[in-house]
Amino acid sequence: MVYVYILTMALVTYFIRVIPLTLVREKITNNLICSFLYYVPYACLTSMTFPAILHSTNSIYSAICAFVVATIASLKQKSLMTVASLACIAVFICELLF
Amino acid sequence: MNFKQGLKDGIPIAMGYFAVAFGFGVLALKGGLNVFEAVFMSITNVTSAGQLAGLSVITAGGTLLEIALTQLIINLRYALMSLSLSQKLDKSVGIIKRMIIAFANTDEVFAVAMSHNRELKFKYIIGLQILPIAGWTSGTALGGCVCGLLPPSLISALSVALYGMFIAIVIPVAKEKRPVRAVVVISLILSTGLYYVPLLNKISTGISIIICTVLASVAGAILFPVKNESGDK
Repeated sequence: MVYVYILTMALVTYFIRVIPLTLVREKITNNLICSFLYYVPYACLTSMTFPAILHSTNSIYSAICAFVVATIASLKQKSLMTVASLACIAVFICELLF
Repeated sequence: MNFKQGLKDGIPIAMGYFAVAFGFGVLALKGGLNVFEAVFMSITNVTSAGQLAGLSVITAGGTLLEIALTQLIINLRYALMSLSLSQKLDKSVGIIKRMIIAFANTDEVFAVAMSHNRELKFKYIIGLQILPIAGWTSGTALGGCVCGLLPPSLISALSVALYGMFIAIVIPVAKEKRPVRAVVVISLILSTGLYYVPLLNKISTGISIIICTVLASVAGAILFPVKNESGDK
């Protein structure tokens, strides 16, 4: 049954990727649609991350710690991998201490 | 701009994917999937945010419609990327080749492909995609396999890897651009409300992500329309 869910996901995702690449060869000119699509990644990543991150570890304190560390590192323009690693290390150290 | 150049450009993407997919593999097993299901998801979907959302819908026992809608909204950005990529392809790239390229047109592959100032050939893009797909899939497999062997403290630590990556994608742009900052804050308030407020917290994870994404993005589009098409990040 899980495979049906996974295949559904895969099909939807593939159609989104393939339709514009094959059928639509001209540029979207509607400004409202362009603007909406521009904001989608940020809105969706934010809603997926918060507050879910707070409940993803063994304790909410280590999760808060990871969230703060990742935010500060991102403000300092660290790379994706650096931020992700620092968040993991923050959780590990925090849970070791408390 | 041949196959070899593509492979070379794909190496750093593949390394990043491997590490993040390792975290996804751990999360997938924690969520109740087995290794085969986790790897199957990675090799058929090749998308971090969509897979994480799909995983949470499956774990929460959501419906097929819910998972389809979640993917549609979260992955809608790929439509825009495919559209931009479509303009940049060499004339020789026919429909079958376009159908193959579409499969793994991820955020990072797209970003690297678009950074070249010339028309792109099919061979180059295939070269660019192969290692990231391999890294994404093998990382998931390894994460899933060692999940049972790792101590709980390490699993707990690895659980935030994907979230850390998402934060690293969002924060620098939010810092730079006020409209994005506004959209992020709106989405943050909505998702926090939907998570904690009684009654609202009965709404399932997938639907909640859709509500937050659509409302915050529509608000952004109305309040701060983007001039010309700077939609391709």
